[in-house]
Amino acid sequence: MKEVSEPGTLCEIQIMAIKPKLHYFNGRGRMETIRWLLAAAGVEFEEEFVETKEDLEMLRKDGALLFQQVPMVDIDGMKMVQTRAILSYIAGKHNLYGKDLRERALIDMYVEGTTDLMGMIMFLPFQPPEEKEKNFALIIERATTRYFPVYEKVLKDHGQQFLVGNQFSWADVHLLEAILMAEECKPDILSPFPQLQAFKGRISNIPTIKKFLQPGSQRKPPADDKFMAQEP
Amino acid sequence: MSGKPKLTYFNGRGRMESVRWLLAAAGVEFEEEFLETSEQYQKLIKDGALLFDQVPLVEIDGMKMVQTRAILSYIAAKCNLYGKDPKERAFIDMYVEGTADLMGMIITFPFTPPQKRNLALIIERATTRYFPVYEKVLKQHGQDFLVGNQFSWADVQLLEAILMVEEKEPTVLSNFPVLQAFKARISNIPTIKKFLQLGSQRKPPPNDQYVATVIEVLKKD
Repeated sequence: MKEVSEPGTLCEIQIMAIKPKLHYFNGRGRMETIRWLLAAAGVEFEEEFVETKEDLEMLRKDGALLFQQVPMVDIDGMKMVQTRAILSYIAGKHNLYGKDLRERALIDMYVEGTTDLMGMIMFLPFQPPEEKEKNFALIIERATTRYFPVYEKVLKDHGQQFLVGNQFSWADVHLLEAILMAEECKPDILSPFPQLQAFKGRISNIPTIKKFLQPGSQRKPPADDKFMAQEP
Repeated sequence: MSGKPKLTYFNGRGRMESVRWLLAAAGVEFEEEFLETSEQYQKLIKDGALLFDQVPLVEIDGMKMVQTRAILSYIAAKCNLYGKDPKERAFIDMYVEGTADLMGMIITFPFTPPQKRNLALIIERATTRYFPVYEKVLKQHGQDFLVGNQFSWADVQLLEAILMVEEKEPTVLSNFPVLQAFKARISNIPTIKKFLQLGSQRKPPPNDQYVATVIEVLKKD
């Protein structure tokens, strides 16, 4: 409980909401999309990093991990696991899941697409060296021929600011994240996609997103050798 | 043109089987179009029917839906199999993600080079990571169904996963008495019972011909 008082006004007792607590390695991995979504929704969160094998074993022994895996997000009295389940819950809670079942269906389809693309990029550092070049080429091909054209067309066809229902949603956050990740692979990857370029500019300027994109936020850097060494 | 959902996929389980299970459990009749040739697949792409150039494709309520999870979520919500509030939904989502991970190992099995296939790992995961969780959930609340004392998508998918693993290892439930009872109970739900009978749209386990068809249809020129 936190008391807030100002001169000349009544004392207000503010109940501080318990912040969601994220349990994961100190890096992007599968938790990054959750960090993005919470940040976009303006939800403050805490993080506890799994740094050693013992850290992970302790979580497991405490029965905190339903399927012995992280990510785990302690939120609203639930120890949630499984990235998609966590993201769906947050989106639903914070009004980022459309206004009806059909919009929800579109959002689900779009995020599954960006999830597939980001999944390829996420696992690139874990590929054996002889596979990396081939997989890198596949990522670029998939981004530019399978995924980005879809979102480019969606935005062009309806001419609205956001992917679904003329309203900011989880799908927009996820797409921006995927775009930035793809650009880290190939900086000019958006050059054939003017709608996506404008979309990127627009969504990056949303105050909560802008804040998350600044240094000092909880956004994590791309995987490096140190992060790789931690993954059990 | 009927109002029934139309499923487009190969003539086999793969990623579409969970959709068949859920529609059947919900008592929803559906039609199927089977992909048999590369030309059919290329035509679907050219016609713009596949959002990400992939199947499963389910035409339902005027939408051409792709991405298995999106399809399943939509059906579950529409057919009242997704719990009654966000927290029940969250639990259903967690449970189906678990069974999806387990079934995913089995789905990809025939497409993995023989020397890399690891049946022992599948059985280990089933018996030490996944089944114990569902056994415990059911034991702790003592109810007939996984979530909210009500039949849901989570129950359908768990039954599907149990049967899939049993096909690989028939004794896999021997240490899970609560799951054995669950299996019997859910199998007896009229819509499920019907789906488990011969002549339903349930597909058999993959064989060499199925694998060959998939590879042939998806091949790049």
